[in-house]
Amino acid sequence: MRTLTKKNLLILGSILLTFALVQVLVLVGILDSFYEITIATICINIILAVSLNLVTGFTGQFSLGHAGFMSIGAYVCAIISMRIGTVGGFLLGLLAGALAATVVGILIGIPTLRLKGDYLAIATLGMAEIIRVVFLNLEITNGAAGLNGIPRYANWLWLYFFTVMAIVIINNFLKSSPGRACIAIREDEIAAESMGINTTKYKVIAFAVGAFFAGLAGGLYASYFYFLKPDLFGFMKSVDILVIVVLGGLGSLTGSVIAAILLGLITTFLQSFTAVRMIVYAVLLVVIMIFRPQGLMGSKEINDLLKFRFGKKEEKIE
Amino acid sequence: MLEINNLNVHYGVIHALKDITLKVNEGEIVTLIGANGAGKSTTLRTISGLIKATSGGILLEGRDISILSAPQRVELGISQVPEGRRVFPDMSVYENLELGAFLRKNKGDIKKDIDSVFEQFPILGERRKQMAGTLSGGEQQMLAIGRGLMSKPRILLLDEPSMGLAPLLVREIFSIIQDINRTGTTILLVEQNASMALSIAQRAYVLETGSIVLSGTGEELVKSSDIQKAYLGGE
Repeated sequence: MRTLTKKNLLILGSILLTFALVQVLVLVGILDSFYEITIATICINIILAVSLNLVTGFTGQFSLGHAGFMSIGAYVCAIISMRIGTVGGFLLGLLAGALAATVVGILIGIPTLRLKGDYLAIATLGMAEIIRVVFLNLEITNGAAGLNGIPRYANWLWLYFFTVMAIVIINNFLKSSPGRACIAIREDEIAAESMGINTTKYKVIAFAVGAFFAGLAGGLYASYFYFLKPDLFGFMKSVDILVIVVLGGLGSLTGSVIAAILLGLITTFLQSFTAVRMIVYAVLLVVIMIFRPQGLMGSKEINDLLKFRFGKKEEKIE
Repeated sequence: MLEINNLNVHYGVIHALKDITLKVNEGEIVTLIGANGAGKSTTLRTISGLIKATSGGILLEGRDISILSAPQRVELGISQVPEGRRVFPDMSVYENLELGAFLRKNKGDIKKDIDSVFEQFPILGERRKQMAGTLSGGEQQMLAIGRGLMSKPRILLLDEPSMGLAPLLVREIFSIIQDINRTGTTILLVEQNASMALSIAQRAYVLETGSIVLSGTGEELVKSSDIQKAYLGGE
């Protein structure tokens, strides 16, 4: 395995360059704290969208419960970092939150992933509601009043780090053997089963990985916005994430990233027109869906587009 | 090699397979013919483990495999080419074949076997990077068969390989099935196209509403007047 190929160096370079660019813009003062919040929201939404895309776009399992996993990560991380008020506590909370979401994902996934399509969507929707109601009634989460004063350790650096990590890990997962199995299940479940793929097992794995990163995003959210209440993780939050995934393209990580950035920017720029904001947002979604029903990227990744452009050159190398 | 004893399958209250008993010897082509809904596909899917039997035994070389999961059965050498081809449409020809070898570990061997599928089906080799969904019906059937071979089966279960194909292509597919059989793979073939199936099979079973009503060598059944009337369009 060559790890330092030209392509990997290019990717690493652009990751660092993006980071440096934003960092410089923040330091120079072009991006004020208002835009910083936008960037943080975008990062969290990217993690949520790529993880939901793994479940819905790549494995073909229609889930409406992503906000539920996010809330588990958020509350676990908040509670732990409020007890241990250090960066270590924050990181521990992030990990614990993500793992707690994973465990719940597995427990819920095993019975529900036997369901298909609409039925699965309803089941996951119900699951997210149950999680929300539980947080609403627990003492440790302070019920409907929510948690206030969560130590704020998540900053742009951490957010960016975890966003890149989520994309890289999910991208590598998709190229691995379990990842191929997940895509095969989306393509044709019966054929996948005939190939000897244990479909339930791989659906649960996809669900668990998706839940892990949703939990991670929740933890980052809790720490960055230092305030939590169960209402933040209602049905509409799951729909928001699904909108990003569908808009970017089911089965395209690049699409999820682009859509998360695009929608984040649109929301920010529409902030000054409160009255028409939701209307413009909705109309934009409708227009994009009419002209690009497969989503902005379809199921293509940025690599496919680059390959298309330099296609001839690559053929010769092979 | 494969033995099925008194197999019963229910879909809810519907008794789909009633006491099916059949046998496939090593190196044979055995065909299972019958009308729509007779239970042919159900039999194949029960053998490959996609459907659970209510009772009865499935023996592979004397070993009862009826309690094993579908993946375990694939590992033991049972491979099914599903009805209606069911290739993975948004994956390339090459990726489809790779997935056929999902349970195998040795990458070098897998690559060698993909090359030999391309040797057998040159058209697939030419289109190795093409998305499987854009192939013609015949090419998709070849891909489905090639993919089925990628798990190195000892017995290949073919479910209606002629479905939806032009007569000329049906001939080609059947001659491919004979080629595969000659290289040592045992074949259990389910078909509605009875005359084609009987022409290449050593032995045949006739299914009617979930029961085996007739069995014999391919030639015997072709000559049988019942079969002539029911399945071959004879008077």
